[in-house]
Parts: sequence; structure tokens; C-alpha cells
Amino acid sequence: MSYLPKSPWLVHYDASSCNGCDIEVLACLTPLYDVERFGVLNIGNPKHADIFVVTGSVNEQNKSVIKNIYDQMADPKVVVAVGACATSGGVFRECYNVQGGVDKVIPVDVYVPGCAARPEAIIDGVVQALGVLEEKYKNMGKVAK
Amino acid sequence: MGERTIIPFGPQHPVLPEPLHLDLILEDEKVVGAVPSIGFVHRGLEKLVEKRDFHEMVYVIERVCGICSFIHGQGYCQTVEGLMGIEIPERAKYLRTIWAELSRVHSHILWLGLMADAYGFESLFMHCWRVREKVLDIFEETTGGRVIFSVCRVGGVWKDIDNDTLKRIVTVLKDVEKEIKELSDVFIKDYTVQKRTRGVGVLTYQEAIDLGAVGPTLRGSGVPMDMRKLGYAAYGELDFEPIVEKDGDCYARTLVRVREVFQSLDLIYQAVNKIPDGEIATKVRGNPPAGEFISRLEQPRGQVIYYAKGNGTKYLDRFRVRTPTFANIAPLLKMLPGSDLADVPILALTIDPCISCTER
Repeated sequence: MSYLPKSPWLVHYDASSCNGCDIEVLACLTPLYDVERFGVLNIGNPKHADIFVVTGSVNEQNKSVIKNIYDQMADPKVVVAVGACATSGGVFRECYNVQGGVDKVIPVDVYVPGCAARPEAIIDGVVQALGVLEEKYKNMGKVAK
Repeated sequence: MGERTIIPFGPQHPVLPEPLHLDLILEDEKVVGAVPSIGFVHRGLEKLVEKRDFHEMVYVIERVCGICSFIHGQGYCQTVEGLMGIEIPERAKYLRTIWAELSRVHSHILWLGLMADAYGFESLFMHCWRVREKVLDIFEETTGGRVIFSVCRVGGVWKDIDNDTLKRIVTVLKDVEKEIKELSDVFIKDYTVQKRTRGVGVLTYQEAIDLGAVGPTLRGSGVPMDMRKLGYAAYGELDFEPIVEKDGDCYARTLVRVREVFQSLDLIYQAVNKIPDGEIATKVRGNPPAGEFISRLEQPRGQVIYYAKGNGTKYLDRFRVRTPTFANIAPLLKMLPGSDLADVPILALTIDPCISCTER
């Protein structure tokens, strides 16, 4: 990936994460890692976002919220599951209220490992998501410029 | 008198990384009521004590919350040690104190950044988080993790910090102190910032006590209560006074946190000077006996209560956490009615909510 064709905007939702991954997602935006210099913005509105970053596992209460945010995003969209909880349920896997990873509710394109996931890993995940996004553009009959 | 409207705030909201959900009842621009709904982060991890033995449980309890993870681990270990009657070595106590105070520094700087973001001061947010990274570097160097350390164990700690590293940490923290001083001037003296915080969301002395507020929310209303004064870990040997502000508004609570950053840095300097040499862990024999134990600690967000009940096996019967944010939700609901809709994010932030602690 030698260039970024577009500025990818991402929307972040904390499913039932312990905050560890969430503050690392925020840490990616701040001066040490500073992904904003590549045009990556963390925004609140799902309708503006290309990439959906989910941390934490799925439970009964937030299932519909995740689905709702995903449905509001315009195509093409990519889902990045950040951290052990979002990929499989992680340390909370056996808890009675945890149903498992985010892929139980919505299709996930990129899985980022780690507990908590390191900012480097999250950035790598987002960069891989851009590749998937480009692929999805092509499949829709459009080419990113 | 306008018509009443209900505006949902959250669960996905740009100002908070966490899912806090409030139904705000509005009359024109004024909030007249707020109904919280919870359960978005509930995992039920207290129940895991039945599946994980008391040593493994430390790592689950640390993940109650990723911001105050160390103090959760420390609180759990302290409770189980109390139940088993274990006395941990002096050096371990000091190391725990140092990590706990570093956690407080990083948590308060993080909060200051989020607060700046809440009133739209983006560059201040960035600066706060830039300074915070220096503290995280210390964590990474001494424990291996940036946010979750897994360094506490029942009976002591896993890792030692050698005395040269401790001295170097102090020099790094002196730099941090200088930078925080510059940044805190903006929070304390800036005219525009004060416009957003002064006189907003006043919680009086009596209300704070009646509603059971804890931590900076309580101390911002003039109540000098700090669990560190109980003297757990090494706090009994360090010299400090609870930080108190009288006004009870957002400005007072900001000021309490700013001053607590300097207090925590001072506590670390004191601890580094006094830390004794020796073992960092005692051997733990046997299982927690039948019985109960309660311990109270001061988290960045306030008082936290741990309860453990043993039954003689390696699995605890029950473990319970009462987190500070849970106690502070009642004061928040007191502050919200009468405020402007635009002030709601600031008010919600001012109690430093940690939803994943509250719902576990």
C-alpha cells in the first residue's frame, strides 16, 4: 500500500470492552501515533464512516446497537474487530452474559489480536481494512481515485 | 414553557468512548430530567470466580476496567491477602503504591484530555494525550504492558523495578510535571474554558454527602475524604492531605483532578526515596479459608469497595466490586436537571464515568 486513495473515516463503538482497547484506539489518533496525518478521522456519525472499529464482545443488550450502527453505514463498509474480546470473547468468553466475538452479529473483515491490542496492531488492522475497502469498491463497479 | 422532547444520549456518542445511555427529557434547551439505562457493557465477570482459581482471577479482575486496571488488581490481591492473613513484603507495598499513583496520573491526564475534547478544545486534548504517553512508556518499561499490566499477584508483585530505573522514572516524571503545569494553566486560567465550567453543575456539600458521591466529585464539593488516608499499601508512611475544593461545580472538580496529578507525582517521589530493599513477594500456601473480607481503596475515580468470600477451596464463593462510577451516577442525575443540552457532555464527563467498571 504505497498511497491512500481516500481519507478513511472510522466510527468506533465499545461493545463490552474493558476500556483497554478503547483508549488504545484513541491513543492511535493522538500525537505519538497520530493517524490523523493520514486523514484517518474518528467521527461519531456512522453515516459518514467507512470503517467500523468494534472493541469488546457481544452481549444481549448491545447486540442491537452494533447491528444498528452497522446498518446505518453506507456501502462499501469494512468492520475491524479490535482485541481478543471482539475476536472471540477473550478472557470473558465463559461469562454468562457474553455471547462471543463481534462476528456473531455482523460480518467482520479484519481481526486485530491483543489484550489490550497495541496501537501499532490497531493501525495495521486499519491499513489492512483499507485494502478490503478498495476490493469492495471494485466489486461495486467503482474505482477509488 | 415549551413542549417536552426526549433526546437519547448514547450509547454510541462521540464524547465518550464508552456506551453510557441517558434519555434526556428537554423543555426547549433546558434539561428537566434524565433517565439512565445500563447493561451495554455487562459481562458478568464476578461469576467467573467459580471457574477460575484465586490466582488466575487477578487477571480477570484487572480487566474490569482498562484505565484503572492496576488498582483493580491491587484491590483484589489486597482483599484475598486479607482473607488469608498474608502480610506482603514492604518493597511490594511500595511498588504497588508507585504503580497505583502512576495509574492515577495517567487516568487524570486522560480525563483532562477528554474534558478538553468535550468543550471542543481539540488541540488541548492532543497535548494532554501526548504527555500521557510518557507515563505509558514507564508502564511499558516496568511491566511490559501499556494499559493492562498483570503485575500484581496474591502475595506481592511479579516484577521488581531496580533502583536505577526508579531514579530515571523520577527524571521523566519531572518533565511530565513541567508539561502538565503548562497545560493546567489552560484549564485553570483560560477565560473561555472557565465560561464552560464555572458554575455549571453545582453539587453542594450536603448533596454530595446525601447522594453518596465519591472521589474527586465528592472532594470538589468540599468533603475531605480520601481512602488512601486509611494507610493501605505504603500510603501510611507517605505524607499527603486529601485535596479539596469548595465550589462543587465543574471547575472545582477539574481543579481537584489537576491538583491530584501533582499530588500523585509527589507521592511517587516520596515513595522512590523511601522504598526499602528486599523481597517482592511472599509464598502463598493453601487456599482462602471460609470467611469474608472487605477492603476499600481510592481509585482515580473515587472509593472502590471489594468484598471476597472464601470457602476453603481454591475457588472463592463470591467476589464483589462496588465501583466509584456507580456511586457517582446519582450525583450526576442531580446535576443534569436545569442544565443546558450543550452542557450535558461536560456534566457526564465531570464525574469521570467508567461504564465498564460500573457494569462489569
